[in-house]
Amino acid sequence: MSQTVLSFLLMDGPFEQARTTTAFRMIEAALDKGYDVNVFAYEGGVSLAFAHQKPHANSVHGRTFEEENHPLTKDWIAALFEKAKAKGCQLDWVNCGLCVDERGVNEAVEGCRRGAPKDFWEWTKVSNGTLVIGTK
Amino acid sequence: MTKYFLIESQSPFESPEVNHNYQLAADLAIAGNDVTLFFIENGVFVTRSAVASQELINLGQVNLLADKFSLDERGIDSKELESGIKISSVDSIVDAMSQGQKMMWL
Repeated sequence: MSQTVLSFLLMDGPFEQARTTTAFRMIEAALDKGYDVNVFAYEGGVSLAFAHQKPHANSVHGRTFEEENHPLTKDWIAALFEKAKAKGCQLDWVNCGLCVDERGVNEAVEGCRRGAPKDFWEWTKVSNGTLVIGTK
Repeated sequence: MTKYFLIESQSPFESPEVNHNYQLAADLAIAGNDVTLFFIENGVFVTRSAVASQELINLGQVNLLADKFSLDERGIDSKELESGIKISSVDSIVDAMSQGQKMMWL
């Protein structure tokens, strides 16, 4: 039986849009179903996996570092890689190399790699389904 | 028959282009395609029967789904939904992708 493969293209940077959370939800749902998932992070999306993201307290709401439990996209991506491993699926996360260099975010969490838009084009030819989530 | 799966994350209260997106869904269905319009994030605001626009009500030939997670986040109860709109989840998006439907994030 052939393996189902889904491909996503994400363009939004972290901490800006609900679309990021939705994308992570969809990727998790696909992994839960045992599908292989490809993610191409383009433009601002390459910062989602930046390894030097740091959580912070929230003085406006009077919450400490621990109470705030600030969510970081790099941690969500790491959790998705863990889920893929547990489910026996492949998660291939490619950051656009030019976009990475522009933003100085080359250090990504483990599992991510550099690539180019050609990778996404190649994926579209072999994936069961493809979804592009553009910026607004 | 081609299957289209359209995802709307904005409401007409945010952008006038959303009503054009509804029209796109309607036109695809009128042309003989199987069309699903999935409301997510702020897109679910319009699913309340009290505020549903005429453009939305006119989508009789389109399958209308609303993301429960987004409804819950915004305090919208299932009893408030316009008739014909079914509660769903992102699993529907993933299922449509796996089936090779034509996906479009509007």
